[in-house]
Amino acid sequence: MSGFQFNAENEKKFQELLGRYPERAALSLPSLWMVQYQEGWISQEAMIYLAEKLGASPMDIQSIASFYTMFNLEPVGKYHIQLCKTLSCMLCGSQEIKSHLEKRLGIKFGESTKDMKFTLSEVECLGSCGTAPMMSFNDDYIHDLTIEKIDKMIDELK
Amino acid sequence: MVVKIISKNFDIENSHTLEVALQHERYDSLEKLFAMTPDAVTEAVVKSGLRGKGGGGAATGTKWKLIPKNHPKPTYLVVNADESEPGTFKDRQIMEYDPHLLIEGIINSSYAIGANSAYIYIRGEYVFWAKRMQEAIDEAYAAGYLGKNIAGHNYSLELTLHRGAGAYICGEKSALLESLEGKRGHPRLKPQAKEPEWFFGGPAVVNNVETIASVPLIIREGFEAYRAYGTECSPGTMLFGLSGHINNPGIYELPFGVSMKEVIETVGGGVKGGKNLKAVIPGGSSCQILRADEIENITLDYESLHEHGSSLGTGGMIILDENVSMPLAMKNLFEFYHHESCGQCTPCREGTGWVDKILARMLEGKGTSKDYDTILDACTMLNGKTICVFAPSVAFIATSYISKFKDEFYALCDNKEETL
Repeated sequence: MSGFQFNAENEKKFQELLGRYPERAALSLPSLWMVQYQEGWISQEAMIYLAEKLGASPMDIQSIASFYTMFNLEPVGKYHIQLCKTLSCMLCGSQEIKSHLEKRLGIKFGESTKDMKFTLSEVECLGSCGTAPMMSFNDDYIHDLTIEKIDKMIDELK
Repeated sequence: MVVKIISKNFDIENSHTLEVALQHERYDSLEKLFAMTPDAVTEAVVKSGLRGKGGGGAATGTKWKLIPKNHPKPTYLVVNADESEPGTFKDRQIMEYDPHLLIEGIINSSYAIGANSAYIYIRGEYVFWAKRMQEAIDEAYAAGYLGKNIAGHNYSLELTLHRGAGAYICGEKSALLESLEGKRGHPRLKPQAKEPEWFFGGPAVVNNVETIASVPLIIREGFEAYRAYGTECSPGTMLFGLSGHINNPGIYELPFGVSMKEVIETVGGGVKGGKNLKAVIPGGSSCQILRADEIENITLDYESLHEHGSSLGTGGMIILDENVSMPLAMKNLFEFYHHESCGQCTPCREGTGWVDKILARMLEGKGTSKDYDTILDACTMLNGKTICVFAPSVAFIATSYISKFKDEFYALCDNKEETL
């Protein structure tokens, strides 16, 4: 018996989605997203729950969840900063933004602050090359980053 | 130079809402569409010469013709909105400013191939665009443009938006279908003969967002209207991207066949900071790099780029100024490719990592006289020994960097001390 279950809203969404795909297996990505929005991350317990729901083995679900970088298999901070590091952003100064973020938050990329408020991740191309350097902040894109913009944002959040 | 065919409604306020979209030609193609037979629609697309705008440039109509008639399983249309190729950010403009154009194109295309179910596979990071697209889908359902008996006609279509979760390889059509089926995004083996794609055993067409968004014009105004732009072999227009060291980065719709140099200088406003141009990556990072002196006579179409030893790809140009270190730029891309290799084939999974490590060592000042050749060897190993084209593309681009900017790489191989 797993300790996780969908809340009512996600259960409703899951049932609706069942009718939109030829096979239940196709619901693995939508279901993993629902878990992540509900819990903030995807625990072993949630994967066991999904396995039952999708008629798969827990290892099947783990295998899928671990393939996709956006699924958090451990908890992340309240504010998840994902800085784009690929070429156009690098050419436009993402390295300076990176060092500044590390300095301001006192953590390295790949780490979270002790209070679990901030997590810093470096990610590959986010498809926003025309407004480089840029990052995603939880679900939102922040474009044309400058050190001033970062400072203002962190001051407001701290 | 800039034209407004696909991007016609981009500047109109609230163009993403159904109310405004309906005032600006959206869904106008449907009356004509349903008066045509599905085969006639496909034929119009064949005649238009529309080519896939996701990077491959394959003929769209020809691809549709691969769908078998009377297959026992349903047929599917899958729209590739997994835009992840570095330098590419065009499809999201369509989803942001004209989502109903995409839906209209999906109705047109699904009708042509006989599909009653369609999916849009959107990259997971595009949360804003997924929301925007979903709102448009909901509006279209409420107004009867999706669902049972579209606009009162004897044709039904269900459209579902499906979010990816951060895997570049899912932009490869067979990996995308694996992912849509709920699995890891591993590309499938290429078939021996021409055949369609398959989704849960049913025949499927996978087309890029911009390709599908180009169809309504062809239906509404005829294939000649599309052919009025571009060249004989590359008809129409494309949403070209400019990023990197350029004064006016952004997306611009241009007819195929315009001069690359002129586009960079006029539309792009030239290289940032008045610096000299060193190189251009023409259509996303998987296209071979071009030195500034090579772009003089290049026009933005499939044939010209091919003749000059590169490809048009997604049309997302990355501009590099004179100060860019090419080994550093190449290292940046190899980090990308190493990270994004799906891991299915050993040469790709390991080879991209080896090259990344060698470049790292060279950039630390610990390069050896063997490094240049080791990279070339690794490229030989990457090419032609894997399931999908990811590794061969990486091999081609690596070779283009190190052969075209030899001196910069040789300079880093100078250290005689063997550290291998």
